[in-house]
Amino acid sequence: MNVQTHNRPEKILDVQNVTVSFDGFKALDGLDFSIQKGELRFVIGPNGAGKTTLLDVATGKTRPASGKVIFNGGVDVAHEMEHTLVRKGLSRKFQTPSVFGSLSVYENLEATVGFNDPTLSLLRGLTREEEALIHDTLALIGLMDRMQVKAGILAHGEKQWLEIGMLLVQKPSLLLLDEPVAGMTRQERNRTGELLQSIAHRCSVVVVEHDMEFVRNFAKTVTVLHLGQMLCEGAVEDVQRDERVVKVYLGRAHA
Amino acid sequence: MKAKEKLSFALLRHWGPVLLLAVIFLLAPQVLTEFRLSQLGKFLTFAIVAVGLDLIWGYGGMLSLGQGLFFGLGAYGFAMYLKLQASGDKIPDFMFWSGLKSLPWFWQPFQTPLFAIVAALIIPALLAGVLGYFLFRSRVQGVYFSIITQALTLLTSIWFIGQQAYTGGTNGITNLGSAKVFGYSLLSSQAQHGFYYLTAFCLLGVYILGRWLTSSRFGRLLVALRDDESRVRFLGYDPVVIKTLVFALSAMIAALAGMLFVPQVGIISPSSMGVVPSIEMVVWVALGGRSTLLGAILGALAVNYGKSFFSESYPDIWQTFLGLLFIGSVLFFPTGVLGALKSATARLRTLAAFWVVRPGLAESHKPRATHALPEVVLPTMSQRVEGGSS
Ligand SMILES: Nc1ncnc2c1ncn2[C@@H]1O[C@H](COP(=O)(O)OP(=O)(O)OP(=O)(O)O)[C@@H](O)[C@H]1O
Ligand SMILES: [Mg+2]
Repeated sequence: MNVQTHNRPEKILDVQNVTVSFDGFKALDGLDFSIQKGELRFVIGPNGAGKTTLLDVATGKTRPASGKVIFNGGVDVAHEMEHTLVRKGLSRKFQTPSVFGSLSVYENLEATVGFNDPTLSLLRGLTREEEALIHDTLALIGLMDRMQVKAGILAHGEKQWLEIGMLLVQKPSLLLLDEPVAGMTRQERNRTGELLQSIAHRCSVVVVEHDMEFVRNFAKTVTVLHLGQMLCEGAVEDVQRDERVVKVYLGRAHA
Repeated sequence: MKAKEKLSFALLRHWGPVLLLAVIFLLAPQVLTEFRLSQLGKFLTFAIVAVGLDLIWGYGGMLSLGQGLFFGLGAYGFAMYLKLQASGDKIPDFMFWSGLKSLPWFWQPFQTPLFAIVAALIIPALLAGVLGYFLFRSRVQGVYFSIITQALTLLTSIWFIGQQAYTGGTNGITNLGSAKVFGYSLLSSQAQHGFYYLTAFCLLGVYILGRWLTSSRFGRLLVALRDDESRVRFLGYDPVVIKTLVFALSAMIAALAGMLFVPQVGIISPSSMGVVPSIEMVVWVALGGRSTLLGAILGALAVNYGKSFFSESYPDIWQTFLGLLFIGSVLFFPTGVLGALKSATARLRTLAAFWVVRPGLAESHKPRATHALPEVVLPTMSQRVEGGSS
């Protein structure tokens, strides 16, 4: 394994020939997909293309019928539990924002920070480093002056940022984000895009997205899924011009 | 100055009611007759159970129907010690009647008070811990968890009835009167007062423990688990550990209550540890208000005082009344009486704020405004949030 890593750049996520079927319907169909360390990758595709399923498989939520998912060079996702995978550095944001509405913004971050400590240490207060980490994160996601507000009354966009912040305090090595800008205003989308780019300096990021304008503005490398298979992959300018992509998107543009 | 006032007001709101209760409990021995005091002492042990049940059910969302079992195990453990004490160098009377010649091996260590106390607390906690670990690991949730804990309670109480020679069977362990604690006879008013105060202090201690636990990050995760377990998993926490710990803790709290129950009531029998008592415990918490520890205490006291009032005056209708009370509270006060009170005060506060902010409106539109207000103005944002957090 070490020999390999000398020769080529390391893969943080390696999806190998994965098939997922729901009662015979193949949501993923022999998919090969990989991300290099430090990469910011966008995954696009029409409704039902299998994007969310791809994240489900990568985080162990759904078990593939065949194929394998390797995280960080040696971790076989099939052998992990949801929480052990997170502890090894794989964090994921779900499509619907799920923050704890009855807790304040600060408390939401506070509740996520101790995930790697022994359970009983959750009974003590935060250490100074943890507090600093939370404050840095609040600044990064732009919710510093909202930290006392209950998360339940945040605007939709703010909830999405908070959820991203909750993952960031866990210092993941790979962050999977499912439609982080869905339902956002253009202004919020631009802020999110900048946030994603600054996050990409710290860890590898996979962003699943629908919004083509957003992808054009912020993506470099894009993977297009369609019917559970990879349609094409490459620089965003090339992918946009790809005939198959145009067809898939135009064919269903306003479906 | 203002901030200080605000702080002391918050302190008063947080701890005031408990302080008041504590003062009442500590003054009670001066006022109550021996009979009423030992009755209150018994109810305080129930309140301890209720706090533990509120932790696991109210905060953790796991409806355990096994609290009566853990209560009973704790009670039996301490009763074994008292029974041996009371029997002197003979074997306990019920063993003799069942034809046993010598003390069974597992009774032997209960001659040591320290062993009896530790075992009475640890065995129920271990039982809950092991059971919980396997149930939670296989992701048994909701009503299945309730049914399994209930089945265990049923089996154990039936088994205790069957083991006449070792447990005293249906009668349980009784005739503890000649036992001595710290040189005093168990029935002396010194000993009884001592156990009463001990119970009151334990209740206070358990309550403070609960407050501390639920306001820590651990407590927040517990609530988060109740609301969305899968979310918590994907934040890197292992729900199995958190839930098992809380279940074991609630079992230990119930066992503590059982231990305090026995010396004050003088008997423990399978009828106090079975399915029905376990359900009654749920009623106390449901009625008082889930995830308001104080509500659990008040619920336990109110239901038991109601029970004794009705069963002294109208013994026949008590069960029916309790059933109706439970259904009524679930229908009309789904958050319990304390929960309902809380949202009512929140409502009042919003109302007050409204009049303070817009006094002019209050003057000019008084008749119509008072009429329309409760419907239209009340569900403000801030209020909805407060409701959500309780
Ligand atoms: N649990 C499930 N049971 C049955 N079918 C499922 C399940 N989950 C997903 N599918 C199906 O698999 C296909 C892929 O779904 P997936 O959620 O991965 O799509 P997606 O690319 O994320 O779409 P969207 O853009 O709408 O979020 C869809 O046709 C969906 O109906
Ligand atoms: Mg999706």
